[in-house]
Amino acid sequence: MHVVIIGNGISGISTARWVRKLSDHKITVISSESEHFYSRTALMYIYMGHMRYEDTKPYEDHFWAKNRIDLVKGHVDSINYKEQAISLNNGTQIQYDKLVLALGSKSNKFGWPGQDLKGVTGLYNLQDLETIESYSKNLKSAVIVGGGLIGIELAEMLHSRHIEVTMLVREKSFWDAVLPFEESQMITRHILKNGIKLQLETNLQEIVDDGNGMACAVIAKESGEKIDCGLVGLTAGVSPNIGWLKDTGLEINRGIVVNDHLQTSIPNVYAIGDCAELSNPKPGRRGVEAIWYTGRMMGETCAYNICGKEISYDAGIWFNSAKFIDIEYQVYGEVLAKPKEHHKSLYWEHADGDKSVRIVYDDLEKSVVGFNLMGIRFRHEVCEKWLKEKTDIKAVVKDLSLANFDPEFYRTYEVEIAQSFTEQSGISFSNPKRSNLDRVLSFLKA
Amino acid sequence: MSEVYKSMSISNPHPPFADGIQKAMTAVAAIGLLIMVLVTVGIESLSTPLNLVISLALMVVGTIGFAWRAFKIKPSGIKNNGIWFSSTMSRGVVGWIAGIVITGFYIILYWYEGLLGLGSNGVANTGLIGFFDPLAMAIKGTAASQWFVYGTLYTVAILIFGVRFIWKYRHNRYQVIRTLSVMGFQLFFAYLIPEILESLNGEYATKWFEKDLKNMWPLDYDFFDKWHIANMSGAGLVGWGFLIFSLLMIFVISPFLTYKYGKRWYCSWVCGCGGLAETAGDPFRHLSDKSIKAWKIERWMIHSVLVFSIVMTVAVVYGYLGDGSQYYITRTMFTVIVVILLVITAGVFYYFMNKREDAKKDLQKVIYGLAGVIALILIINFLIGSGNAFFIDNYSFKKWYGFLIGAAFSGVVGVGFYPLMGSRMWCRFGCPMAAILGLQQKLFSRFRITTNGSQCISCGNCSTYCEMGIDVRAYAQKGQNIVRSSCVGCGVCAAVCPRGVLKLENGSSDVYEKTIDIRNNHIKMG
Repeated sequence: MHVVIIGNGISGISTARWVRKLSDHKITVISSESEHFYSRTALMYIYMGHMRYEDTKPYEDHFWAKNRIDLVKGHVDSINYKEQAISLNNGTQIQYDKLVLALGSKSNKFGWPGQDLKGVTGLYNLQDLETIESYSKNLKSAVIVGGGLIGIELAEMLHSRHIEVTMLVREKSFWDAVLPFEESQMITRHILKNGIKLQLETNLQEIVDDGNGMACAVIAKESGEKIDCGLVGLTAGVSPNIGWLKDTGLEINRGIVVNDHLQTSIPNVYAIGDCAELSNPKPGRRGVEAIWYTGRMMGETCAYNICGKEISYDAGIWFNSAKFIDIEYQVYGEVLAKPKEHHKSLYWEHADGDKSVRIVYDDLEKSVVGFNLMGIRFRHEVCEKWLKEKTDIKAVVKDLSLANFDPEFYRTYEVEIAQSFTEQSGISFSNPKRSNLDRVLSFLKA
Repeated sequence: MSEVYKSMSISNPHPPFADGIQKAMTAVAAIGLLIMVLVTVGIESLSTPLNLVISLALMVVGTIGFAWRAFKIKPSGIKNNGIWFSSTMSRGVVGWIAGIVITGFYIILYWYEGLLGLGSNGVANTGLIGFFDPLAMAIKGTAASQWFVYGTLYTVAILIFGVRFIWKYRHNRYQVIRTLSVMGFQLFFAYLIPEILESLNGEYATKWFEKDLKNMWPLDYDFFDKWHIANMSGAGLVGWGFLIFSLLMIFVISPFLTYKYGKRWYCSWVCGCGGLAETAGDPFRHLSDKSIKAWKIERWMIHSVLVFSIVMTVAVVYGYLGDGSQYYITRTMFTVIVVILLVITAGVFYYFMNKREDAKKDLQKVIYGLAGVIALILIINFLIGSGNAFFIDNYSFKKWYGFLIGAAFSGVVGVGFYPLMGSRMWCRFGCPMAAILGLQQKLFSRFRITTNGSQCISCGNCSTYCEMGIDVRAYAQKGQNIVRSSCVGCGVCAAVCPRGVLKLENGSSDVYEKTIDIRNNHIKMG
């Protein structure tokens, strides 16, 4: 059997690796972006000089031949579902028995005037990075439109090269559609402290052409202010990279529609990762979840289904993480910007304003539903176990040190946190116990 | 309504990669160095105590001033910006020049000490060594030697680059405390205490022995030499104290601490070689080779050096036990003791081989290796029967070890190649002490680097900044804990991880299953 995978990001590569683990099928991975799999999340570090491109490749180049995974660098022009064949733009035809679409995303553009000028770019793939690099020489200032995870990364990148950065953010406070108010304020402060300019509640009116097809300024909608710049970063989210598949018979909504087994509407064709839309997502989850971790889990699930071990995709308990310049962020479970009905949240923030712990619980059942961490690391499995078992909030706070994942010798705040939670909620939390790894391991085994 | 926020900072907190002050500081340090170079090449008029103070002070001020601009004035956090764009730090022209200059210095230090002005046969020191005479007089009451000069510069380097490292990682208490530890051990245990003890020697003044308590055999490969044992045992209570403590260190204290905390207690908290690598070597840590090929070479090389050092030591001791003098033990007794020790070691490995599925193959190799060593020793004793092991003079065998491993590898290549192959070349490929502690760490230590569930994004920062060339990401992206004999526990992988995925920790309840769980497998098939 020949398994053909279009896209060599984390989703496609996870499928390839797992198909190889589970079977002897012939595997071909096609990508027009790069010859080898590299970590998209590390693009920013290449630009900042922390790593070279080759350092972002998770496997050495000899890995692929050794594991009999054929890599093809080429662009897919069309797919003939009837003949089960794809054609590349160099004329090559490739037959498949199973086809996996792991096409990723593209940066959103909302029809802004000037959005296709030179010097206007998103930050998603290697080509975007090359574009940004090519305009960075002698660049004095840049404007970033959109304040999500990619926006802050791009701001940090440019800032590291001493380029003046202005961010135009639609929201009242940074990323407050996702982050609760206090955390959003913390990141807002942190951005300003680092010398990045932030214009909140500001939309993009247009990008100004310098007369040669090159962006030279943006105009903010609300203030009408014109901000001169040599580069415009569009980071107002991403959407599935599926434009070229419209009207080919494949069922498409926001993304390529897939069932629980990640199968599309066409036999022997699967879709995974950023480009896939689950027709039946778990309650509280979205159909399209364009993040690294879900891509990896889908890739693995897809491989099982291809290899005849039918299994439904289970997105598990939500988790995600990011780093806002110097502040690390982790989330486990359900922490929404506006808490659900019956959900209450307890929030502790360190006096330095750079660290916080938020625990959300169900006020009726008193069970924990989510954790939101800033500047403090928590242990994934411990949080997951508490969430799965709907642990009582008092028990969680009492054992909070089990979750601490900060390096050794770091100051711990469990006692302070418990006291602060007691004051906020009227629930009397007992002082947390101290933990060590052996306690954690026995907790996880129990 | 839109509200415009302006930066609250007075100035951009990210100044250019090297601003005016940093360039000036570089010049200051360079002038300090230049004074030493001028004295070395024979401008004796500069060789005054005041100039020594000025020269050292300029180097200290220049380096610390540079680091202050580079790190202290910026917000705390991981600041690796521009490392791969820097000529010094990415094997550019400056890096190569630095590598050649340091390598050259080591060659002169080891084999052409005359060029540094060492006086012999009663002639006073001149040049660089003469320049340091006043300091040596002040500390220990004798003239300087090339080793005193080297020790002083080495200590100064660890201290000033230690300050730089602490500023760079000041948000990370593990890094701060660990760096204070290596700075303290170098300043007191390796430098001041031995030099001062030297001056208090009195009647034993001629009987030099190693007074750096942390410098254990086999890193200190002279330890079991005839003269060294004789000098220790002939130096009264202090000498015997050092002898007994050193033996306890080798056989009891170090395995115990490695069991408790991993080899990091030594390699990145105490050791002088490690101390220099962690401080002066930090700007080059990312230059280590991460390939599987390099790992294969590493394992062969470091364990060969270990075997070489054990065989060499046994041969040397065996040689002098038969020289006609009276000793507490005879040759045969010695051979029996060594063979028993090695058989016990092999037994221990065999025991772990059955406990540790994941390390079975490696352990088999180790046991074969040990069997080979035991056979060699028995051959020396019973078949050859002469004072000379392997048909060559025992001391010339040792001389070769001293030349190849002790000097060429640990010094010339080990430090000289910092800017070319990273800061831990010696620790990774050549140090027999690291090899022993590594075996202990792999087999029975409570230490591991825990991977946090499925949080890894495969970015590669951990692998890039691993000075030992461990491909940390290969484990982290599988959700597997990292247990590698070479890991010195510097903790930088955990520090640079942008997602908080790694944590160095110790636990006793899962010592033999540390690496078994692979948490990134999303689908659990029964």
